[in-house]
Amino acid sequence: MKKTYKIDVDCAACADKMQDAACRTPGVKDAVVSFMTLKMKVEFEDGADPDAVMQQVLANCKKVERDCEIFF
Amino acid sequence: MKSLTKKQRKVLGRIITAAVMLLVLVLVDSRLDPWYIKLLLYLVPYLIVGYDIILKAAHGILHGQVFDENFLMVVATAGALGVSIYDTMHGESGSYIEAVSVMLLYQVGELFQSIAVGRSRRSISELMDIRPDTANIEEDGELVQVDPDDVEIGSVIIVRPGEKIPIDGTVIEGSSSLNTSALTGESLPRSVEPGSQVLSGCVNLSGVLKIETTAEFGESTASKVLDLVENAASKKSRSENFISKFAKYYTPIVCIAALALAIIPPVILALTGSDPALMSWVYRACTFLVISCPCALVISIPLTFFAGLGGASSEGVLIKGSSYLETLAQVRTVVFDKTGTITQGNFEVTGVHHSPLSDHELLRLAAHVESSSSHPISASLRKAYGLPIDRDLIRDIQEISGEGVIGKVDGHEVAAGNLRLMRRIGIEAKPCSHPGTIVYVAVDGEYCGHIVISDQIKPSSVKAIRDLHNAGVKRTVMLTGDTAQTAEAVAKEAGIDEFRAGLLPADKVTEVEKLMESSLGRDRLAFVGDGINDAPVLARADVGIAMGALGSDAAIEAADVVLMDDDPVKIAKGIRISRKCLRIARENIVFSLCVKAVCLVLGALGIASMWLAVLADVGVMIICVLNAIRALYDNKLI
Repeated sequence: MKKTYKIDVDCAACADKMQDAACRTPGVKDAVVSFMTLKMKVEFEDGADPDAVMQQVLANCKKVERDCEIFF
Repeated sequence: MKSLTKKQRKVLGRIITAAVMLLVLVLVDSRLDPWYIKLLLYLVPYLIVGYDIILKAAHGILHGQVFDENFLMVVATAGALGVSIYDTMHGESGSYIEAVSVMLLYQVGELFQSIAVGRSRRSISELMDIRPDTANIEEDGELVQVDPDDVEIGSVIIVRPGEKIPIDGTVIEGSSSLNTSALTGESLPRSVEPGSQVLSGCVNLSGVLKIETTAEFGESTASKVLDLVENAASKKSRSENFISKFAKYYTPIVCIAALALAIIPPVILALTGSDPALMSWVYRACTFLVISCPCALVISIPLTFFAGLGGASSEGVLIKGSSYLETLAQVRTVVFDKTGTITQGNFEVTGVHHSPLSDHELLRLAAHVESSSSHPISASLRKAYGLPIDRDLIRDIQEISGEGVIGKVDGHEVAAGNLRLMRRIGIEAKPCSHPGTIVYVAVDGEYCGHIVISDQIKPSSVKAIRDLHNAGVKRTVMLTGDTAQTAEAVAKEAGIDEFRAGLLPADKVTEVEKLMESSLGRDRLAFVGDGINDAPVLARADVGIAMGALGSDAAIEAADVVLMDDDPVKIAKGIRISRKCLRIARENIVFSLCVKAVCLVLGALGIASMWLAVLADVGVMIICVLNAIRALYDNKLI
């Protein structure tokens, strides 16, 4: 399953860090962050609960970049 | 000022406050005593402008993200402060101005970057702002605005002049002209009347339209186009991936180099008995750190591609990802499907030959005698004749299957058909060497010439092929299921280099594969089709270009580039835009890396001060961002 989320982040390098952090989160198969459109596209693993996973993704992103937000 | 976000205004406020304080401190600098009071006073603007950087750096270290640009700036400026403190305590005149200014300039650069990116993000989204947020429906004689998501298929929506059509549908009442430029890049308005199909995203220019919807909002053209463009940015190009990988290695390497610069030369100097000049080497190392920030690259490359995608889509060329933008720029071979791409896909009379009668008279007789036939030939004859058919003139029509028609028109015995028909009625006809379908006509037992009916090439095809060659395409090939004679004529007329005729749909994939094998090195092949039964070829080619594909889901799915109308000139335009975009990306990479390299060398030699380093850093970034935005604008000029 793929979902797209709106995000807020200040710099392109930070967006790359968020992408790495999101990819490392359990339940996430693949994630792509586009700084230009401020969107995060997440592909979940089968059977994962998107909301629960996204909580964790946000927590992981906050760790690498304090100033970020994911809207879900 | 109003266009700044709250965050940006806050940073701007901090920058101005700190700058004013710094200015005042510089003016009274010599009177500040003792040194620690001076330090404390300088720390105030430093912290005002840089506190968030320090916090971020600390946060990064706590979470194992040591080498980010915040950390670099903090270490560099703190190092500079340290060197100054050391100098002051040893009786030399230390200055704290530099550390504070460096932080200040860095923040100015970041602010500029954020504003520039925000601006281009907005102008690109405005280009793509083709989907209205509301739809009007009529309830009890009153117009009600509703969420277009709630409008079911078959509902009637009302679009007033000046509004965008939210959902695809059929006009049931009213007539108007539509501006389709957001979808097709075509600036001529299209007129619509009851019965016309309309696509969402078009702007209604003149009259009120009542439209019966034929799709849901989410499945409508405007929504699909927007999805396509928004997802495009997530398919990253090789340059973008290169930059993010590069940044990952570059920063730590420069940090280690800086550390080495601070330690190794002083140690060697000390060992050889000279003055180690430790502080001077620490200062050089700090300069190194300032230069090491890769922001100019990290921001400008994705911005370039994003602007390129935006610029292309405003021209009616939807590119499904920056990776395809990159491939498109390397296209040297363009393969076309003939029908619907180079030619219009409908049949017309293209010539009347060897007729003793006037062309019009011959067409009149042929159109009349063929008028009862349902064959497409009959339709094209009628179209070429252009006047209504008078059925009272026609008598004794006899259709001979596979050969033609014989009958009486206006008192004349007319036979119209192929060579076999002519032989059957014993008339000697001149075989025609022209490509296409030939209708031979005999009147009152006399051969009266023949009419050539063929698929016509699009008016812009010749220009399209010329543009492609000018844009650096080396080889153009046309594939068709038609006969070699027809294919040769079309290829010659359009200026296409090669053709392959008599192909079955499956042969086209093999043919494209063969051509791909024969292209050299990094040269890429693009296949252009109209999306009808060529989806496998679109998918197989390096770049599949579907034209006039709005409304054909399979084509949009299979293609990498979608032309919103069926004008082949757009192919060259797309290639030019992608070339320009790639060129800008390369310029930015080379330019910023060169400036960085020069600054690193000058810094290591002690020639470049930290001032110069941060100015170079911010300056390069600004130039790269401005250069990147070029990919969005002046596409008209190329």
